[in-house]
Amino acid sequence: MLKTFLNGIWKENPTFVIALGICPTLAVTTSAKNAFGMGLAATFVLLGSNLFISLIRKIVPDKIHIPVYILVIATFVTVIDKLIQAYSPALSESLGIYIPLIVVNCIILGRAEAFACKNPPMKSVADALGMGIGFTFALICISSIRELLGAGTILGHEVSFIKNPALVMILPPGGFFVFGFIIAAKKYFDSKHQGENQ
Amino acid sequence: MTQLIGILILSIFVENFVFSQILGLCPFIGVSNKFDSAYGMGLAVTFVMFVTGIVTWPLYHLILVPLQLEYLETIAFILVIAALVQFVEIVMKKTARNLYQALGVYLPLITTNCAVLGVALINIKRNYSFAEAAVNALGGGLGFLMALLIMAGIRERLELAEIPASMKGAPIAFITGGIMAAAFIGFSGLI
Repeated sequence: MLKTFLNGIWKENPTFVIALGICPTLAVTTSAKNAFGMGLAATFVLLGSNLFISLIRKIVPDKIHIPVYILVIATFVTVIDKLIQAYSPALSESLGIYIPLIVVNCIILGRAEAFACKNPPMKSVADALGMGIGFTFALICISSIRELLGAGTILGHEVSFIKNPALVMILPPGGFFVFGFIIAAKKYFDSKHQGENQ
Repeated sequence: MTQLIGILILSIFVENFVFSQILGLCPFIGVSNKFDSAYGMGLAVTFVMFVTGIVTWPLYHLILVPLQLEYLETIAFILVIAALVQFVEIVMKKTARNLYQALGVYLPLITTNCAVLGVALINIKRNYSFAEAAVNALGGGLGFLMALLIMAGIRERLELAEIPASMKGAPIAFITGGIMAAAFIGFSGLI
């Protein structure tokens, strides 16, 4: 169980390793606060859908399993969308349409297909937690870099050593640059690591 | 009329789905390494986005709003898009064999393209009229097609360029995308 949980956070991190769900990753990582909200919302949907799909996995006919999964996911997305609107209007405003767009985030359908439909509920919950935290972690990494370089702040607090922040980093291009360099760095370390093993 | 043209330019250039709204990145990175497949995917997405824009507007304003079921918009839209993609696929298979053979493989992928659901949600969020929604959907699709074609053109040249091994593939595609997104910021004062 613990292995399943840790797997999602590091070894199979959905964002950095499998590169799933990149649209929200680049769109909402303009500040660490947004990224955290998005990560939590996605984790909630993952938890709900993984648990529910794992519970109904034996009843759903094989032919229509994808539409059924999408419906389950869309239901949980609607729930979290309305909850955020009610309790944190400011967050809802800054995340905008990216909350309803969690429906088409490939991580969630991907986990339902690859894990929840084959495993018992408790294991699926562990998988969802691991993947959700892994996704949140990735979002926070990217957003911290962008926030620091683009706005000169860490979690909204100003830092003194950046005098002239480069605004472009919190505009869309910054997201592309930071993500591109992060996956390049990951590839570099992976290839180095492999070289040592041989 | 002027306003519709404004919305068209806005959705193609100023608020380009890929570069400024950051939607639909999976096909943008995944299918842009060959010009032909980028062209096919772009056309298929444009078509489905346009039809989605036309279908989801009446669905929301004529069915969900009178029944006070606005909170079901996400569920209703994703179901309609999934059904629509299947429908387009079947119709195309029967009536336009050539087009189907060219676009067929890309159609199932479009259901999970966030640009399609995105355009439906944006139309509702901005309170567009029917004509405005249709134009916005068309412009969004054309903007996506344009972004995909430019990217595919650049990537075909990039294959021949000498770049560090760890930058090959997705990383350099993202950096290229970033430079293009920076260029598209230039359109921001247009309207």
